[in-house]
Amino acid sequence: MKKKALTASAMLLSLSLVLAACGGSNNNNNDNSGAAASSSAPSSTTSDAPSSEASGEPITLKMMHLWPEGSSLQQFTLVNQIIEEYKSVAPNVTIKTEVLENEQYKDKISVLSSSNELPDVGVTWAAGYLEPFVKGNRFAPLDDLLQGELKDKFVPGVPEAYASGGKTYGLPLELNIVPVYYNKEIFAQNNLQPPQTLDDLKNIIKTLSDKGITPITLGGKDAWTVSFWYMYLAERLAGPELLNQSVQNNTFNDPALLEAAKISQELVDMNAFIKGFNGLSNDEAKAEFSSEKAAMYAMGTWEVPNYTTNPDVPQEFKDKVGFFKFPTISGGKGNVNDWVGGPGVGLFVSEASAHKDEAKKFVSFFVEKWGEHSVVDAGVIPATKVDTSTINLPPLFIELLNELGNASNLQLYLDVLMKPGAADEHKNLAQALFGKSITPEDFLKKHEEALKAGK
Amino acid sequence: MDKVLSNKWVIALYVLPSLLLILAVIYVPLVLTGYYGLMEWDAVSPMEYIGLDNYSRLIEDGAFWASVRHSLVFAVMSTLSLILYLAVAMILSANIRGANLLRKIYLIPMLLSSVAIAQLWLKIYHPTTGILNGFLEWIGIENTPAWLSDTKVVLWAVFIPILWQYAGFYIIIYYAALKNIPATLVEAARIDGATSVQIAFRIKLPLIFEVIKVTIVLAVVGSLKYFDLIYVMTGGGPNGASEVMASYMYNAAFDRREFGYGSAIGFFLLVICLVATWGIRRLTATKDTIEYS
Repeated sequence: MKKKALTASAMLLSLSLVLAACGGSNNNNNDNSGAAASSSAPSSTTSDAPSSEASGEPITLKMMHLWPEGSSLQQFTLVNQIIEEYKSVAPNVTIKTEVLENEQYKDKISVLSSSNELPDVGVTWAAGYLEPFVKGNRFAPLDDLLQGELKDKFVPGVPEAYASGGKTYGLPLELNIVPVYYNKEIFAQNNLQPPQTLDDLKNIIKTLSDKGITPITLGGKDAWTVSFWYMYLAERLAGPELLNQSVQNNTFNDPALLEAAKISQELVDMNAFIKGFNGLSNDEAKAEFSSEKAAMYAMGTWEVPNYTTNPDVPQEFKDKVGFFKFPTISGGKGNVNDWVGGPGVGLFVSEASAHKDEAKKFVSFFVEKWGEHSVVDAGVIPATKVDTSTINLPPLFIELLNELGNASNLQLYLDVLMKPGAADEHKNLAQALFGKSITPEDFLKKHEEALKAGK
Repeated sequence: MDKVLSNKWVIALYVLPSLLLILAVIYVPLVLTGYYGLMEWDAVSPMEYIGLDNYSRLIEDGAFWASVRHSLVFAVMSTLSLILYLAVAMILSANIRGANLLRKIYLIPMLLSSVAIAQLWLKIYHPTTGILNGFLEWIGIENTPAWLSDTKVVLWAVFIPILWQYAGFYIIIYYAALKNIPATLVEAARIDGATSVQIAFRIKLPLIFEVIKVTIVLAVVGSLKYFDLIYVMTGGGPNGASEVMASYMYNAAFDRREFGYGSAIGFFLLVICLVATWGIRRLTATKDTIEYS
């Protein structure tokens, strides 16, 4: 009887185990979440600095990042390249990396921070995600770098997303905006032009849907992708301030928010989105676009390498991909040059690091090199300023970089703006709204409740 | 040898390693989980003692009770599906032709990891390119369901792979139990003129009742704590339509970063499993066990 109960609690145990027992083993990749499904095995690389030429005491810094070789080859290679270059700058420093896939990375960081064993250098997200780490005194402030060697290197306003209580705790690496990619061939075959207004978009959807072509692919199982569409509709209706203010003031009852929710469901009713989208992951949805079965796909600019530089994608397909800015809505206050987007991940330095100064030096070096290499080598848009006139890039890239330069506003993702509890609820609600399992009115009401709960 | 084993110190020495292991990986975390359940904790900031607030919140949390309901549906369905497994085992054990091969076929899903099974069924359920909808369209059904996306269907869609996954496990248990029944009993019954149905219900079933009891407990408790396949296939979505207790606990702790609340859910799950086990034992208690004579 007792034994049975024990088997019964295996799941519970794996949770508590992770919390309780991970203390002494932050190098053990396999422990990080007993129950989490893992298809990509964590890999690690070590770069050994030649100790004979060491200019100082040999030091090992641990770095964790979230670009596994399999799914983010460009970034993975770039990180290793920068680490390699750092050897010539600081031969006494060895950087050990540990690589985990996005979700697993988040889990492991949570666990490590609970036992105060964060790696010396790691990757973090902005705003709401960062908050608890700052409150718990886990991240080191990096303002000295921002005022010093990295002064004026960033796109203005971007490092601020990593600030809390007047100090900055992360140095942004990526800056992303969300364009709508479309298949030029499918558009041409159906005599369609990229839409300027929501009505144009609706016409496109109708034309394609009547012909049995999936207009828009969407991976609703990963609910943040659904949120893109809602955020854009709300932004185009209400202008750049409303979403931010709503989160700040813990209200969610503006008529524009309701209208955006209604339009969302209207699009769903028009069969705008791929059948069964709430059961598809983002990767599955992406595959529909890549296999040219769906005409449009709204996703962050981190996808751009797949349509430009990635050698594994056939050139034939790359040539067919274009993008358009999210259309405006007549009577709406949003500008066509407003983008949903924001800083992607940034680097943090652990407050508990034994070699904080060395770690800061490395981070500073990393950010600068990342800015130099990322566009050309990896096709990643960095958060540092890029001079497009001097480098040779695929046209899609140049266009997007220029758009970024012209951007009138960046709407930070709602799930980043909100605290973790409300963000989770927002994602569930977005899924429910597009899945038509709640009314637009309830969608607003439940948002307000979640924001008021303050978690 | 007997002498050595009767020495209390030797016994202690032999038991110690596994005892320590069980203490370290089961009982200590168990107690700690109970302790965390009384805290408000985001895994970063210092813990804050809030007494039973997590539990009172649990009681008012509609999303949690929805997940409890889904888990209970799973538990009931798994228990009912035992009848199916038992029937298959009865047929297999009746020395039919090819029983050996069939037994192996049934066992195969058990050898696959849950993640592999989940990936497999994700492909099967794919709304446009999946084999299931492909088949349905081929036989002329329009408007095929979007299995994992439709909130009314998703729970059942997730249950089918679970049914399939555990078939081999239970069939093997029943098969072994049925094979254990002495042939003389069955023969004697047959000579007395009993039909196959009578033999199944009057002789075989009562004789393997102890095994059935164990499998019911396994099925119920297994369903209550079920996690992996759901995590991979739907993540509990859309909008919690396939959320079960364990996935809800996981989401609370790791997505919403409320480790205190997550621990409270975990502890509650443990209590539910204990109660379920106890309840089933009571319900199926038989005063006198039947023995082969």
